[in-house]
Amino acid sequence: MLILECPYCGVKADETELSAGGEAHLKRFGPGADDESFEGYLFARENPKGVHFERWRHSYGCGKWFHAARNTATLEVYGTYPAQVSVPPKDILKTISAAVPGWRWRDLG
Amino acid sequence: MSEAVSALGGARFEGLAVVEDCGLSGMITLRGDLSAAAVKKAALAGSGCAVPGERKAVVSDKGALLWMSPDELLVLCPYDEVGARVAAMTKALGKAHALAVNVSDARAVLRLSGPKAREVLAKLSPVDLSPEAFGVGDLRRSRIAQVAAAYWLEDEESFRIICFRSVAEYVFGVLKVAAAKGSAVGYF
Ligand SMILES: [Zn+2]
Repeated sequence: MLILECPYCGVKADETELSAGGEAHLKRFGPGADDESFEGYLFARENPKGVHFERWRHSYGCGKWFHAARNTATLEVYGTYPAQVSVPPKDILKTISAAVPGWRWRDLG
Repeated sequence: MSEAVSALGGARFEGLAVVEDCGLSGMITLRGDLSAAAVKKAALAGSGCAVPGERKAVVSDKGALLWMSPDELLVLCPYDEVGARVAAMTKALGKAHALAVNVSDARAVLRLSGPKAREVLAKLSPVDLSPEAFGVGDLRRSRIAQVAAAYWLEDEESFRIICFRSVAEYVFGVLKVAAAKGSAVGYF
């Protein structure tokens, strides 16, 4: 069972109270972008065995979107943080580095 | 005008706990910056209550005020006073970027009461409802079985539950099953 703390209402929410929203920190490429960037934005996703960054929504609770950093192999949760950022907070990156030395995820790590 | 009726028409069930329809209730959603003076004023005008803390419910002789999310409150008041309350709230909001809307007919209100009330609700909702973790005035928005619901503890032995009107029968039904005689767990 996955439990994520919603950074907006402070609830330690059971997975069944949340909706998964896919990969975090995607950069949008829209009209005017070249084909490769647009294809990457639409289709290219990370599928790591290990450190991963995701979007989640506290759908049965306060309704807010947020981010989570967790490990897909161990189910360890490194932290959750608000939706209004394009990179994870430094303290969460530090926690991950302590737990998984040498980790990489896209251009992070 | 047509005569308004509650979704459950006064239904009542007695088992491990009592499950009952609370009848028609006035409900007003207030969305905006909860720290803004105009929003606080509107909340007071609607409910007679000051803005409650995170995940809390407060009650006054005029009504009740529930914390629903970082930018959302729910005002409870007598059903026939909703129009006047919304008008007073809208006036208090003035030009603030906020909204007060009558949602009374979109929701249903139930009461779950009795010494086993915590246990009955805990069968259906992924929330720690032990007396140490969930006290009087604590509120949660979560799910009851497969649908969204909000509930708070009115006193040691009774919860007030709000769900969408369209799923009121479902919520009443699952509460009845969870409160069936002989199904006590004795966890709390
Ligand atoms: Zn939340």
